[in-house]
Amino acid sequence: MKSSPDRLMHREGPARAASIAVRDLSVTYPNGFTAVRDASFELGPGSICALVGVNGSGKSTIFKAIMGFVRPSTGQVLLCGLPVEKAISKNIVAYVPQSEDVDWNFPVLVEDVVMMGRYGHMNFLRIPSKEDRRKVDEALERVNMTAYRMRQIGELSGGQKKRVFLARALAQEGRIILLDEPFTGIDVTTETAIIELLGELRKAGHLMLVSTHNLGSVPDFCDQVVLLDQTVLAAGPTAETFTQENLERTFGGVLRNFELSGPALHEDDDVRSLNVLTDDERPLVFYGVKSRKENEKQKGKQKGARKDEQAKLK
Amino acid sequence: MSAFLTELLVPFSYNYMWKAMWVSALVGAVCAFLSCYLMLKGWSLMGDALGHSIVPGVAGAYIIGAPFAAGAFFAGILAALGMAFVKQHSRLREDATIGLVFTTFFALGLLMASLHPTSVSIQTIVLGNILAIADEDAAQVVFIAVVSFAVLLFVWKDLMVTFFDETYAQSIGLRTRTLKIVFFTVLSACTVAALQTVGACLVIALVVTPGATAYLLTDRFSALLFIAVTIGAITSFLGAYLSFFIDGATGGVIVTLQTLLFFAAFYFAPKHGVFASRRKANATKEGSTQKDRTAHKPRALTGSV
Repeated sequence: MKSSPDRLMHREGPARAASIAVRDLSVTYPNGFTAVRDASFELGPGSICALVGVNGSGKSTIFKAIMGFVRPSTGQVLLCGLPVEKAISKNIVAYVPQSEDVDWNFPVLVEDVVMMGRYGHMNFLRIPSKEDRRKVDEALERVNMTAYRMRQIGELSGGQKKRVFLARALAQEGRIILLDEPFTGIDVTTETAIIELLGELRKAGHLMLVSTHNLGSVPDFCDQVVLLDQTVLAAGPTAETFTQENLERTFGGVLRNFELSGPALHEDDDVRSLNVLTDDERPLVFYGVKSRKENEKQKGKQKGARKDEQAKLK
Repeated sequence: MSAFLTELLVPFSYNYMWKAMWVSALVGAVCAFLSCYLMLKGWSLMGDALGHSIVPGVAGAYIIGAPFAAGAFFAGILAALGMAFVKQHSRLREDATIGLVFTTFFALGLLMASLHPTSVSIQTIVLGNILAIADEDAAQVVFIAVVSFAVLLFVWKDLMVTFFDETYAQSIGLRTRTLKIVFFTVLSACTVAALQTVGACLVIALVVTPGATAYLLTDRFSALLFIAVTIGAITSFLGAYLSFFIDGATGGVIVTLQTLLFFAAFYFAPKHGVFASRRKANATKEGSTQKDRTAHKPRALTGSV
């Protein structure tokens, strides 16, 4: 990186640092519906970002724009500084699909599915090299699915299927990994395992964008949050952005909100309060301090205590 | 005994029988290749649709004296594009789209044939006539089958990803739209070829049965293709051979053979057959306590309230 760092990086493709830049993005579908309006956010390497919003808030449209399935009406998306199409052809983006989009009766074995992740690295006949096979073995090992490699994909449980798709993304070696609702329909063990793996990938400098309904676990594993409702309502570090106030703006009346304080929660004069936000997924619990007379929202959070409480709720 | 053997070898002494057997085998093989994709996608009736849709092309070609494969191919592509177009630009379901387009084409073909009864032989179109195929027609069929087979060998993996998980295929930069167009072009070409061996009505069997049979025998796509193509080639070769003795329509014999194999797989397939399922069900009943070991824990607090 001496004289012309940009050209050097260009040649090495995957070696450049992961980043997503969405700038003034608007997407209008052919039927005239504008799904996203003037959305902007930037993400850098070594990060897990949650994309949060109600159904129809534009989450999937943003995913589609990042993968080049829809053309922006205005604005642009840059991945590792490259236009989308170029980034895709360099295998920068790995996509972990939602389970509904896949044909589970298709006669493919687990290892064949993971091998699909290597297609972008192969020539047009898609004949796997030793390297490709090694990468597939590694990826399967990493998600702990080696024992299932000869199984037909539909025979697996929801969580196992997710692991296989994650392995495919690993085998693809994309710097940017998009996960579409990764926690829907899976067991808690798999969820923990996936979150752990995402943490390792973050350490290795990958950038992960996760669309999720699972508000409760967002603060546990995401360091960045983008809140969506047609446009970006708020984006930034989780601690500052993922606040009750912002979430209420994002979800409007969709979330159920239980607030417990005073006599409902304590028998003595304890000023601590408990606030549960939930849609159909894991509830998000805020701990606050609230005297009986005081009605203003407090944002004091105690992370350790929240985890304990979540454990109890499970 | 030796007289019987000599009798069995009689078909091989006729040039036209050799031609019929090899051409049938080739067509059967490539149609079987396509069947693996069609039946997985729930598009099996597409083969039927195309088989009927090319009838106006064939009729038109006979009327103006053009090569009949060219007319059929043209009508086939038109129908395939028509279906894709209606599907993409309306909210109609796949089956409605197919039904709409193929009946329109078939009706047009019948109309043309009834207006020119002397130049169009409905019977040849509907039943096929491989035993009496002219050399230049055979050449057309062989050309179509060989080119189609070559194209499929090049793109079979890309097609597999596209049909398995289209979003992902797109996300790794595969041109799924182009791939599908290639697939349907090859499909219409092969329908035209199959028209010569089994006729318009039985084309659907060639592009469904071998794949369906293989699907019961394996969980791996590469194996599926191999089994299906082998079944397609052997039954078609044998079907043409047998039709010499029983004096029946070649198409009928080929499809009957394929159906017999399908039933064999349906009952005796080691994993997905009826008997295997029964054995499995019995085994589970006996060892149900063991099964619980592998059962998955229900998710906690994440279900809908």
